[in-house]
Amino acid sequence: MSRQTILGLGAGIIVLLLFPVFLPRFYVYLVSIILLYGLLATSLNLVLGYGGIFQFHHAVFYGVGAYGTTLMLTKTGLPPMLAFIVGPLASAAFGLVIGIICIRLSKLYFGMLQISLGSLVWAIVYRWYSFTGGDDGIHGIPIPEMLSSPKSAYYYTLIITLASLFVMWKIIRSPFGSALQGIRDNPVRSEMIGINVRMHQLLALVLAGFFAGVAGSLFVVVDNTVFPDMLFWTLSLEILIMCLLGGWFTFLGPMLGAAVIVALRTFVSAYTDYWALVLGIIMMLVILFLPNGILGYVEEKFKRGFMEPEIEGQ
Amino acid sequence: MLEVTSLSKTFDGFKAVNDANLAVGKGEIVAVIGPNGAGKTTLFNLITGIIKPDSGRVLFKNEDITGLPPHEVCRKRISRSFQIVNVFQRLTVFENVQISVLSREKMTWNLFTPSASLAIKETDEILESVGLLKKKNRTTALLSHGDRKVLEIAMALGGNPEFLILDEPTAGMAAEETSRCIDLIKKLSQTMGLTILFCEHDMEIVFGIANRIMVMVRGGTVIQGSCEEVRCNEAVQDAYLGGSDVCLM
Repeated sequence: MSRQTILGLGAGIIVLLLFPVFLPRFYVYLVSIILLYGLLATSLNLVLGYGGIFQFHHAVFYGVGAYGTTLMLTKTGLPPMLAFIVGPLASAAFGLVIGIICIRLSKLYFGMLQISLGSLVWAIVYRWYSFTGGDDGIHGIPIPEMLSSPKSAYYYTLIITLASLFVMWKIIRSPFGSALQGIRDNPVRSEMIGINVRMHQLLALVLAGFFAGVAGSLFVVVDNTVFPDMLFWTLSLEILIMCLLGGWFTFLGPMLGAAVIVALRTFVSAYTDYWALVLGIIMMLVILFLPNGILGYVEEKFKRGFMEPEIEGQ
Repeated sequence: MLEVTSLSKTFDGFKAVNDANLAVGKGEIVAVIGPNGAGKTTLFNLITGIIKPDSGRVLFKNEDITGLPPHEVCRKRISRSFQIVNVFQRLTVFENVQISVLSREKMTWNLFTPSASLAIKETDEILESVGLLKKKNRTTALLSHGDRKVLEIAMALGGNPEFLILDEPTAGMAAEETSRCIDLIKKLSQTMGLTILFCEHDMEIVFGIANRIMVMVRGGTVIQGSCEEVRCNEAVQDAYLGGSDVCLM
């Protein structure tokens, strides 16, 4: 990592830490939402951009994490902090189950089967009034006192998000991450150099599920509610758009995409119900002019400016 | 070292490989030749486990490896390169070979050590031996076709193989690149003691470096023998030259 990057990141983190000091409550909430959606999109990108797996229904793992955390908090008398570990673990276990079923299929077929299975889970959550609260969801979740104020919820979200991003970043740079990117570029070749493609993909799905579950548990802290829409497939699409918009071959692209989309949804929808129309137009422009996403484009420019590709024979 | 007995594979009624037989001894360079569509690549895919055979056996060092998945075949120290360039496009030359080395050392389950600090020396050595060290930081997509074919071989070497399968290693190369590639293959055989099985359309290359040749026509083995035997075999002439009595080459 270059010195500029470290300085940039450090400055960014300091600004994030100072937000609650000078921003009104609503914006603190908004930034918390951006952070946790960014974490969610980054966890998707672990398998999508770096793994080349068409994870079309990522929201399910987010929802399972949120519901897992909530049900632990509301239905059991176990220590509340345990819930924030159990939620993500439930998502990871769920990622394993869905992964084992879907992984035998490749590309689009994987995505289609996953959408079907995910919708099944959504239907169960939507209908099971006695356990999940059905379409009402669960409100007024009892959050541990130290996390219940907006400020502490913000700091908790910030710390957990940064820690999760750091761990995912480490994973991408690890030999496992290299193997995963190899599989994305060429599964047949990966098999032939001795990589068990399916097992690596499965582990990636479990990891992505875990971090999506972390994002889900953060939502519980920030919003104190859960509802079935959290695992509806339209949210999966939204997360997917965050990745594509921000740049799915970059690490921080999904975070940027999340910021753009959450901001659009919040500010444009104040003027019109058709905020998705604005998003649609932006998306079209991005696909036409920045096929690698916003951050992908910036990185490309940056690299080109500093390292001209060597010409043969020089 | 490798023994293939009556291997067969049918795709939708088309007999791609039909009773193929092949024996490769330790340290040999064996070429598989045959007209387009004879089943050479399918044969390689069957040996390396990318496709499972319908019948027949593949023995490697007297061990039955028939139908093993490719990643396990690779563990037996059989590596291959592909006819159509098959590399990791978004990664650099160095990373391409490094993954191969890491995979052999079973490190790909390691989640937290930075890759950048691992297997550097060995990867550099392999790149040096194939002459790609200077281009190690280049993204594979920016490489010339010839260099990519060589990278194919370098990746195969990352598995530290005893047995190397090369599928048309010089296809599409310029004349100068071809001769460099041939030198490389000879070097791998002579200095590293690798056993090599390859297929190739250029007869000059085949007769130039192979110890023995196996001829495939319509999925089956016509003959396997020394260059001399193959050169004047009638069935081979039938397949290649429509039955004239001229010797090949």
